[in-house]
Amino acid sequence: MIPQRTATSSTVTLHVNDTAHTVTVDHRTTLLDVLREQLDLTGSKKGCDHGQCGACTVLLEGRRANSCLLLAVAHDGAHLTTVEGLGDEERPHPLQQAFHERDAFQCGYCTPGQIVSGVGMLCEAAEGHPSHATPGSVLQRATGAPAELDRDEIRERMSGNICRCGAYPHIVEALEDVTEQTLRRTDGAARRTEGVSA
Amino acid sequence: MAVDDTTTRTDATAQRVLGSPALRREGRAKVTGTARYAAEHTPPHCAYGWPVAAAVPRGSVTGIDDGEALALPGALAVLTHDNAPRLGEPDDPTLRLLQSPRVPHRGWYVALAVGETLETAREMARALRVSYAEEPHDSLVSADHPELYHPEQANGGYPGDRETGDFDAEYAAAAHRFDLTYTLSPLHNHPMEPHAATAVWEGGHLIAYDSSQGATLVGQTLAALFGLDPKQVTVVSEHVGGGFGSKGTPRAQVVLAAMGARHTGRAVKVVLPRRELCSVVGHRAPTIQRLRLGARDDGTLAALGHEAITHTSTVDEFVEQSAVPSRVMYGADGIRTGHQVVALDVPTPSWMRAPGDASGMLALECAMDEVATELGIDPVELRLRNIPEREPDSGKPFSSHHLADCLREGARRFGWERRDPRPATRRDGHLLLGTGVAASTYPVLVAPSTASVQALGDGSDPSYHVRVNATDIGTGARTVLAQIAAEELGVPLDAVRIDVGSSDLPTAPLAGGSSGTASWGWAVHKACRELRESGGSIVTVDTTSDVQSLEEYARHAFGAVFAEVAVDTVTGEVRTRRLLGVFAAGRILNARTARSQFIGGMTMGLGMALTEHSSLDPALGGFVEKDLAGYHVPAHADVPDIDAHWIEEHDPHLNPVGGKGIGEIGIVGTPAAIANAVHHATGRRYRELPLTPDRVGVLLVE
Amino acid sequence: MRPFTFERATTPEEAVSAYAAQPHARFLAGGTNLVDLMKLGVETPEHLIDVSKLPLNEIEPTPDGGLRVGANVRNSDLAAHPSVCRGYPALSQALLSGASGQLRNQATTGGNLLQRTRCPYFQDLTAPCNKREPGSGCSAVRGVNRDMAVLGHSEHCVATHPSDMAVALAAYDAEVEVLGPEGVRTVPVAAFHRLPGDTPQRDTVLRPGELISHLTLPPVPAGARAAYRKARDRASYAFALASAAVVVALDGAGTVRHATLAFGGLAHRPWRARTAEEALIGSRAEPQSFARAVDAELEAARPLSDNAFKVPLARSVAVHLLTTLTARADDTPNSAAGI
Repeated sequence: MIPQRTATSSTVTLHVNDTAHTVTVDHRTTLLDVLREQLDLTGSKKGCDHGQCGACTVLLEGRRANSCLLLAVAHDGAHLTTVEGLGDEERPHPLQQAFHERDAFQCGYCTPGQIVSGVGMLCEAAEGHPSHATPGSVLQRATGAPAELDRDEIRERMSGNICRCGAYPHIVEALEDVTEQTLRRTDGAARRTEGVSA
Repeated sequence: MAVDDTTTRTDATAQRVLGSPALRREGRAKVTGTARYAAEHTPPHCAYGWPVAAAVPRGSVTGIDDGEALALPGALAVLTHDNAPRLGEPDDPTLRLLQSPRVPHRGWYVALAVGETLETAREMARALRVSYAEEPHDSLVSADHPELYHPEQANGGYPGDRETGDFDAEYAAAAHRFDLTYTLSPLHNHPMEPHAATAVWEGGHLIAYDSSQGATLVGQTLAALFGLDPKQVTVVSEHVGGGFGSKGTPRAQVVLAAMGARHTGRAVKVVLPRRELCSVVGHRAPTIQRLRLGARDDGTLAALGHEAITHTSTVDEFVEQSAVPSRVMYGADGIRTGHQVVALDVPTPSWMRAPGDASGMLALECAMDEVATELGIDPVELRLRNIPEREPDSGKPFSSHHLADCLREGARRFGWERRDPRPATRRDGHLLLGTGVAASTYPVLVAPSTASVQALGDGSDPSYHVRVNATDIGTGARTVLAQIAAEELGVPLDAVRIDVGSSDLPTAPLAGGSSGTASWGWAVHKACRELRESGGSIVTVDTTSDVQSLEEYARHAFGAVFAEVAVDTVTGEVRTRRLLGVFAAGRILNARTARSQFIGGMTMGLGMALTEHSSLDPALGGFVEKDLAGYHVPAHADVPDIDAHWIEEHDPHLNPVGGKGIGEIGIVGTPAAIANAVHHATGRRYRELPLTPDRVGVLLVE
Repeated sequence: MRPFTFERATTPEEAVSAYAAQPHARFLAGGTNLVDLMKLGVETPEHLIDVSKLPLNEIEPTPDGGLRVGANVRNSDLAAHPSVCRGYPALSQALLSGASGQLRNQATTGGNLLQRTRCPYFQDLTAPCNKREPGSGCSAVRGVNRDMAVLGHSEHCVATHPSDMAVALAAYDAEVEVLGPEGVRTVPVAAFHRLPGDTPQRDTVLRPGELISHLTLPPVPAGARAAYRKARDRASYAFALASAAVVVALDGAGTVRHATLAFGGLAHRPWRARTAEEALIGSRAEPQSFARAVDAELEAARPLSDNAFKVPLARSVAVHLLTTLTARADDTPNSAAGI
């Protein structure tokens, strides 16, 4: 028998960047708003609030997702990595460093989402996920081998992150800088979080 | 001619601070997520505001039932024209918010809901019952609209209409006449950070964190609206997530947040929903541009007519100055440039990156390509033949003019000499390939600024603190201003500390019109020089008199953009394969951030050419493509490798720093270069942008 | 967004019973469309039943050589699964041409089928829309309708279905397995979405409280080749202006012995082109006969003021796919994946 439910808020535990946070959330609250308004983790940005820009990208259980479309109440116990969890100003993640050196941003607002998305994208590629840019012959072979990331592949796979400043060419360069090392280091799903905690 | 290339530079200038590719000072903070933007300051007991947009295209509010909204748990207040704080009369009538029941266009804000949480405020806004007396409306501009008029001025203070020589006679007598009309839809700025503000009153002092391109102007405006002394207002715009003109003037978010905060006695945060930006933060107005070119056999122009038709709102007159670049670019014996505008029931247009130049040069540079094709003259050569000795409209000498160098250097780098001019001859499977070129221009603007510099530490290890209310909207202003200071003070870059982005700092103009670095940099340079020469410990300067005493020159940056496109004959999809720009914009102060700005501008130009489209609904009023799923900002996959280069240009007639401004010229010329490449690929002329599959159509070439 | 209550179901049966107890409930899976519409106020559920943790994550071979896909399989996992890449490449291509990497990681198979139209008037609470508010009128039919339907629409609604995946599924003759209060039933994907008629508020034939549990893909005829091609305003992260999925097989003499064709972006549902298919089967595999067959299908098109371009566009994409897929039997159709 299903008990009648009347509560419109719940208490959930979120593991954000390896720290557990137990918070009471309005059911309407997204993970993005929990991060930004309740946990003061404002690195994840709100660009559109509707899954149309990618600025809010986080890793959810190691996979990139738009946190603006994830209800916190539905993610009790979830493990998230945000841009703050990748590295800090003293010890930045290699991709954060590459973005800085390549000047792969201007206003910086889409940047955390681009970087987190890039880390997630490199993991997906390492696991052999195809993309729209993958030639049909390669797609149909489905060897499971790490995807080869040429520039067209990087651009297609990063297309869920809009940059209005037009930093795309430099973002591609930054991703190329870390692609080699990440693909070498990551040998499949078992090491999914390798690129995350590096 | 020297051409900068940071990847190979080995010359002595690499040792200098100014011009070096210094990393962004705030870069680490931005890539690690610690840089805080306007909505990321949450004072204690902060409440949340959610605006309510008018649901009719024209009319007035007849009643607002806030019963359901205020009954929601956590509801704090609903502000409407009935109960909102009374505002002083603003210079910008789009800021007369919640002062009257009048609805000038769909999307105009009619209320603000304030709640304890974001979720509550949003639901309050939905639960508000607003009734309207709706009136007939008109939201579509056309070339034969009966209410078109000739404005006295267009944006930028340019005269609406100008004529030099006898255009009609020259055109009538021309050996080759071209009468061409180009149509552009409205376009939206859509910076990635939506307009956001957090406001709190501390006693009689208003503190606002605002997403703006200039906190000085926001502070002055808030002071006027709320009847305060400017000293009673602090506006912080420390990190700003892009603006592209839409944050150049104070916008609704900061006025609403301040009103909400005053009304509730709480700190209030207001982030404008992405879908509502198109209605309240300005847009590039649609244009219908008629170009009449009279050419001689050698391609030189005898007559140049450029007449632009556009819309404005009933709230304020803003006229996109699309015909103005035709007063600058090419000499002709008869030149007529003019604007007509109609005030419609539409959101008020405003600045969007290179207003006038981006739209106007699309038309002029496509028309020049048509002349080149028709007369069988290479498009680069045609432009070289038409470069004037003096600015055609004013007769003033140019302070410097290196369009020819940009065209030649761009052609060399692009491999233009290998181009077969015949259209529709290059195939790659089911793709048609083509290349195109267009020129760019943007005026050199500068405004008075103040700045201060203070010497810190002892003489053995000097360091300096520069203070100026510049705004870094992504340009790298902090970095380049520190470079200017370090260069002038003769110290390493890291000996200069700089604060920008607060109205409590020495006042400064906004980041707009590609004038920020020149304006702020002039003041920083002057302050540093005076400090160095005086040997004092602190200096504050004002450049008003310096700016006013500038000599009479026509000052413009120029550039040339080259594009290669692939047109899918199966679908009519156009994709850019290569994009290359060469610019002459005075001294380049930071090679790394300058390159990013040029590339960024060209990317926005690519969007203007191929993906970005907006429309006004004739029946409902208001824009249809409201969100980022419907309004297509270019995505990664749309943007190829982009090359940006520049000519080392030494112009002694600018300002002590020597830069012309680089924020906007990248967008100018790019749409025409791409459109011209599409003609070269397909043999068809498309005079309405963007070039989406519905316009290009299926082009099966068997 | 209205306040709502929330529960997490642990079995499909529990989810269905929970819905029966809560008349204003919605099932929540990936949430990529539902949460979006709740923020807009288009969807106003009072209760959410989280079905995302239901054990419907398997992709398994069926005894007859097909595939059975759990409704909770994420779009990215379905697109990358070796059995899909090898056996149903048009499905992989369709999935990979939709949305973004982030959204595909979150969106589920069942949810993708149930996503609602992206008609801007449907999403705008201040505009009349019969789908959102029956009887209020259709703003699109005489409004800005470039992206709207050219087939099967009505005066009441001209919206299109936005899914790419569903178009490929329709061409592969996939079936939807549905669990409801009355038990399990199966509906072909091509018949799952409705035409709007005078009840455009109903997108699908799903009855209230029914839950999609699986998709079944039948085996593909031996020697068949397939591809999906989408035309759009930007190179990625955009909905289709028009798209087509084709599955085609020839006999040894170069005659079409199997052909299925479905269009996206043209109608309120993935448009299975039965008329074209009938004309194709038994015809010679050459562009002229392909064009005749597709024209026979598109004769029924009734473009609106702004979208006549969709008819030649859809024709061109379909003929191109058929031509490419049948050009050389030993050539993999990668050019069909687009520029």
